[in-house]
Amino acid sequence: MHGLINRAIERFVRDTYGRDTWGQVIRRAGLDFCEFESMLMYEPEVTTLVLDTVSQVLDRPEADVLEDIGTYLVSHPKVEALRRLLRFGGQTFTEFLHSLDDLPARSRLAVSDLDLPQLELREHGAELFSLTCQGSRAGFGHVIVGLLRALADDYGALVLLDHKGEQGGTEVIEIRVLTTAHASGRRFDLGARVD
Amino acid sequence: MLTGKDQMPEDALYAMMDVLCPMHAVLNATGHIVHAGPTLHKLRGDAPLIGARFSEAFEVKRPHSDGSMSAMLGRSGTKLHLQVRGGQRTDLKGVLVPLPPSGAMGPAGGALINLSFGISVVDAVRDYDLTSADFAATDLTIEMLYLVEAKTAAMEASRTLNLRLQGAMIAAEEKAYTDTLTGLKNRRALDYVLGRLLENEQDFALLQLDLDFFKAVNDTMGHAAGDHVLKEVGRVLVEETRAEDTVARVGGDEFVLVLTRITDAGRVHDIAGRMIARLELPIPFAGQVCRISGSAGSTLSCDYARPSRAQMMEDADVALYSAKRQGRGQHVRYNASLNDDKDQVAQNVPPKREGDNASDGAPIRN
Repeated sequence: MHGLINRAIERFVRDTYGRDTWGQVIRRAGLDFCEFESMLMYEPEVTTLVLDTVSQVLDRPEADVLEDIGTYLVSHPKVEALRRLLRFGGQTFTEFLHSLDDLPARSRLAVSDLDLPQLELREHGAELFSLTCQGSRAGFGHVIVGLLRALADDYGALVLLDHKGEQGGTEVIEIRVLTTAHASGRRFDLGARVD
Repeated sequence: MLTGKDQMPEDALYAMMDVLCPMHAVLNATGHIVHAGPTLHKLRGDAPLIGARFSEAFEVKRPHSDGSMSAMLGRSGTKLHLQVRGGQRTDLKGVLVPLPPSGAMGPAGGALINLSFGISVVDAVRDYDLTSADFAATDLTIEMLYLVEAKTAAMEASRTLNLRLQGAMIAAEEKAYTDTLTGLKNRRALDYVLGRLLENEQDFALLQLDLDFFKAVNDTMGHAAGDHVLKEVGRVLVEETRAEDTVARVGGDEFVLVLTRITDAGRVHDIAGRMIARLELPIPFAGQVCRISGSAGSTLSCDYARPSRAQMMEDADVALYSAKRQGRGQHVRYNASLNDDKDQVAQNVPPKREGDNASDGAPIRN
């Protein structure tokens, strides 16, 4: 698994629950290092182990943890760069939804060895969509749910999201866009400098 | 296509062009701007574009021309390098095509010019506060901005990794050059320092120092006391030398000091004397007192026509041997006659240096 993914889990735990909690995860998982390197590759078992342990330490179901990671990735100030990169996907939330099919290709442009699950958006009506995720690891759909929830806020849209479960390695998310201009959302300044 | 009383036939074309090429301008036969796309307007701030001469708003830098309409039309279809006049002086790329002489698509004798930011786009987006709506949907500018940001973020992550690896490398090197007990340099570090000094032909004094009675401390008071004594010795040796000097522990109780830029034997003798005097001070440990001393032999690089590491180490060792023979707690500077003494000693007298043979018992002062 790419270090960026493991690093995201780590940053989520550290920024949300503090260093001590992350230390607990490291000890309980028996890892011989305390930080993931974004730009190194790790065995897939490491990610599974860390997620299991985080779920145990936080005493929350893994699906909830994954969803929170997705929300964290968009809404936490420490990962502003990622929110910006996602906002390049479109001017409105609906436009953004239509850009999701390109997400793996977009990620590869930035980090060539980062393999994200294949996403496919289907339009069932003006405001009803379904998104299928075919990923290397089950549960990625929950991350997407959290990510979409936070991004909808970011765009100022009001949406209902429902993870419909997993079948044959494919997860389906139902997306109902109630309104695209519910709140003012956060501004996306194309030329802003991120430090 | 007339859709209203005031609507000119070209208006429909301009409306389409506003969507397809939001940075275009339509010029009349005299080179004045009669229409401009919405994004182009943003480049001029409050100054109106319509009615202005194109060459007053934008400078054609290459190919060089006088900016006249005939010169511009002469370059139709070729790539133009332009710059916004005044303000941010943003660089632009452009291409111009003449309008049909019939006047059906705009003023006869006029031209249609389309502009873009080229490589200046990252700054331009910030300078003019542009959004994705300012670019045509087919324009790759947004993708390019995305790529710039994504690559910057990825590069930053790589840079962080590089810094961490560099830190780990320095730590590993330090470790490889350090005697972990005393924090002094080790033999590897000493070899490196000597090699560098000799290579750069810098003068230095080489001093070998062995502890006297150290084995007795180790044997009677235990290894913890021995380790404590070695650390104290390390501290003394560092304190009695300058930062540019090298103090290395090369064996159990054997030390080598490299004193850089020293060519005066008297100074070496003073330094060695001071060190030995301090080593002879009692060292308290766990309610008891450890007593040691030190013997030293030295040689100066300036005494050799062509100093070599092996020769200098050997000569300092001969001097050290002589110091031990003269009684402990001495410093002896190397001279050639000492070699004869050593040969003689080797034939007649058993070695006195601690650790020289396996049956080395408790030290005897003689």
